[in-house]
Amino acid sequence: MTWMAWTAPTAAFFIGIGLALCAMTLFELRWPTLKRRGFLPLATTRGDRFFISLLSAAFIHLLFLGFLPEAVALASGLSVVWALLVLWRG
Amino acid sequence: MNKPYNNKAWLGVLPVLLIVAFSGVVPLMTVVNYSVQDILDFNSRFFVGFQWYSETLQDARFIEAFLRQLGFSASVLIIEIPLGLMLARGMPRQGLSASLLLVLLAIPLLIPWNVVGTIWQLYARSDIGLLGVGLNALGFGYNYTADPIHAWLTLLAMDVWHWTSLVALLAFAGLTSVPTAYYQAAELDGASKWQVFRYVELPRLKGVLVIAVLLRLMDSFMIYTEPFVLTGGGPGNATTFLSQHLATMAVGQFDLGPAAAFSVIYFLFILLFCWIFYSSVVREND
Amino acid sequence: MTSLVGRPWLSASRWLLVVYCLYLLLPLYWLSSIALQTNADITGDFSVLPQNPTLSNFAEIWRNPVWSSAFVNSLSYVVLNTLISIVVAVPAAYVFSRYRFLGDRQLFFWLLTNRMAPPAVFLLPFFQLYSAVGLFDTPLAVALAHCLFTVPLSVWILEGFMSAVPTELDDMARIDGHSFGFFFLRIFVPINRGAIGVTLFFCFMFSWVELLLARTLTGSEAKPIVVTMTRTVSASGLDWGVLAAAGVLTVIPGIIVVWFVRKHLVKGFALGRVS
Repeated sequence: MTWMAWTAPTAAFFIGIGLALCAMTLFELRWPTLKRRGFLPLATTRGDRFFISLLSAAFIHLLFLGFLPEAVALASGLSVVWALLVLWRG
Repeated sequence: MNKPYNNKAWLGVLPVLLIVAFSGVVPLMTVVNYSVQDILDFNSRFFVGFQWYSETLQDARFIEAFLRQLGFSASVLIIEIPLGLMLARGMPRQGLSASLLLVLLAIPLLIPWNVVGTIWQLYARSDIGLLGVGLNALGFGYNYTADPIHAWLTLLAMDVWHWTSLVALLAFAGLTSVPTAYYQAAELDGASKWQVFRYVELPRLKGVLVIAVLLRLMDSFMIYTEPFVLTGGGPGNATTFLSQHLATMAVGQFDLGPAAAFSVIYFLFILLFCWIFYSSVVREND
Repeated sequence: MTSLVGRPWLSASRWLLVVYCLYLLLPLYWLSSIALQTNADITGDFSVLPQNPTLSNFAEIWRNPVWSSAFVNSLSYVVLNTLISIVVAVPAAYVFSRYRFLGDRQLFFWLLTNRMAPPAVFLLPFFQLYSAVGLFDTPLAVALAHCLFTVPLSVWILEGFMSAVPTELDDMARIDGHSFGFFFLRIFVPINRGAIGVTLFFCFMFSWVELLLARTLTGSEAKPIVVTMTRTVSASGLDWGVLAAAGVLTVIPGIIVVWFVRKHLVKGFALGRVS
């Protein structure tokens, strides 16, 4: 496994993603999702909104890393706020 | 159609899951690992955080390759979609000539991609190629290995040659689904050619056109083999697109960290396109 | 002819079609013309028709073991890949076409991303991955690497075809008292043999044309034909005739199968999303 070159932060990141997926699965089993229409321009399920938040978080980070690399923390903050907004109202 | 809900179905997809996880997920996780480290070899590596991402995003060569890629994909779409549509409208709907034409149009799609590059190399070279020698005989001073603009035009001509057929065949499939009664009704109403196209054919073509645009966008976005064979990314870097740039970094220079950061950024764009494809093509059918 | 005169727009698009067919055929004509000439004739005086047609280039490919071994190498990983892809994709496509289950859309989407992702993105760790499992420079390594896009491709294409098979078929088999295994292998798979044929064809094709992964995962032992062809160009720049002949040989299989798959071609390229 040395060739995979694991580091603590990336391991934590993937474990986080894995746990989030498990949590989504459990939610789904307990409270099945319904497609609904929020402020996003298309009807989404809970999983869709989760994916949209993750993907937009990635792009927000890229944007900051490209133009304002010093302010990555701000990007993370923004992503969290945006993700909550999408999950709740999207 | 309502499909029954049954989680035993997971057994059926398990083999697919395992194989694609082995050849897709493990490498992708590894790429993410590489992208945050400076790797001299696997025993001496240092965590550098997002440094490679910042450097890649601010790297002039990356930005140029990215813009070049966007320009190429846009040109491909602007030429191939209308051309394919017009070709499909001119195709006979049935009979032997229709079958033969379908087969003829399909041939470029089935040629190995590196051979497409080879064919165009033999065709366009200014010393032995029919196109190259022909253009020079007409006094154009054509040489795609030296002039960036000629290289671009040659690549575009090659891509049109290679893939317009796909758009034409897709559009043709859409057109044959228009019932003849619609045409007769339009004729009775005295509709013009444009009106027939706009109000009778186009609505039926919407589905296949979305597929054609997205397929051409995504496949042109990952183009590698044909330019690699035809121009090798040159002259200079004039035709170095994203995949080529990445392959040079990864295999040629073995810069693991920066190449990995590049891969992740590239993949995120593909993920975005895929999601658009999925929501517009698959969702519509549900 | 009157109908053509009465419809100027249509006749214009017929003209376009004729011009486009010429545009398609000219490079192919040139490839075969070069394949039939010796290098001296190719680089000598330019002429549109081959002056002294010869089959010597094809004979050279036939004799030279570099070409034949490259051909065998390519064929072995392509066949392996095609077999693996079909065997795992048929059951998966069946359940996708018949059932809803937890995470089915997400899974289907994830497969699509693997078909669409540029091989270059996964390239970086492939060398390490396949060295670690001891497969580097074997046909199996390339076959597995190509599964990255051929398996998702097969699942998507097959799902498109299988969704069109009415579910009444499944119900009837159940009512007749057939076991699921019998139904699946003896009824469902034979009914979908056309779809499976088309899918085989697409797996074969996409694995056959892939260059980047095949080049990275092979050394001297398992070098495939796509790599041998690109080497011929860069090494000397002199073997135009042989290169063209090899090109002709790789184009011919496509021309032979195209007649048989012409009706399903579009569906295959569109990942089964066109009816």
